[in-house]
Amino acid sequence: MSVAVYIIVMALVTYLIRMIPFAFFRKKIKSRFFRSFLYYIPYAVLSAMTIPAIFYSTGSLVTAVAGTVAAVILAYFGLPLIVVALAAAAAAFAAGFFI
Amino acid sequence: MSRHFLRGMSHGIPIALGYLSVSFGFGIMAVRAGLTPLAATIISASNLTSAGQAAGVDIIAASGALIEMILVQLTINVRYSLMALSLSQKLDKSFTAPHRFAASYGITDEIFAVCSAQAEPITPYYMYGMILVAFVGWVSGTALGAAAGQLLPAAVSSALGIVLYGMFLAIIIPPSRKQKSVLIVVLAAAAVSILFRYVITAVSGGFAVIISAVIASVIGALLFPVKDEEEAET
Repeated sequence: MSVAVYIIVMALVTYLIRMIPFAFFRKKIKSRFFRSFLYYIPYAVLSAMTIPAIFYSTGSLVTAVAGTVAAVILAYFGLPLIVVALAAAAAAFAAGFFI
Repeated sequence: MSRHFLRGMSHGIPIALGYLSVSFGFGIMAVRAGLTPLAATIISASNLTSAGQAAGVDIIAASGALIEMILVQLTINVRYSLMALSLSQKLDKSFTAPHRFAASYGITDEIFAVCSAQAEPITPYYMYGMILVAFVGWVSGTALGAAAGQLLPAAVSSALGIVLYGMFLAIIIPPSRKQKSVLIVVLAAAAVSILFRYVITAVSGGFAVIISAVIASVIGALLFPVKDEEEAET
């Protein structure tokens, strides 16, 4: 099968997943439970995506832990996203010299 | 209008810088899997998502069935439906149907997180500004990685693998520090996710993320229901 067909299917599915709820849901959600659920979802998704996957992200547990520790400390002090992200990579890279 | 657009662009810059390094890694990976740099770049431009693209490239490389592609994209990206639903609750009145069709293309984890954190209602041009800048970062990073990635030393390219996760931590840790409820939800999601990784290993990665997030958010909603205006404050 041609790569183009895969790419079209992939892009279409991804777009529809985003578009349908965004375009066709107009009412304010009344249920307090459901509003609370939606409020927590993004944090929960990002947490579940990050842990434990972050420990496998560099191909070495030692460098991944070094990067994670750097990211957690800098994020705790509220540094900008890009600073935290690149510091994690820098720490992982630096730790690579010790293994 | 242009004020909103410029504000969105400025809020998109850190996202774009993060995407640049993450998508650089995606470009390297896609070329290694046998795709051309052009195909890798088109995938990034048409999907604008990280995990779904990585899984999609694996399926293309393995010549998998189209139904597998559809199911995997649905599973990994269903979180965007929840984010889109959540975001639909705080849109400005100027967000008409055509704007919704257009802007929904750009709902990513980071764009959603930044939009959610805004106190005021979201306008279409605010989102367009942010999406444009993020798009340029994501697509150019992919093209660069696909074209030049092979030239990087292995130590650099493997260290870059953590960038995306570092950015996720930077999104979830500051609100966890401020609100005990968010902290508990984040810890619960991590705990269930760990359980799926090491104990209930039959569940695929995409499904594990969805189930973990739903369990943790239900716990949060039951224990700490949000007050009417609380969504707007954080």
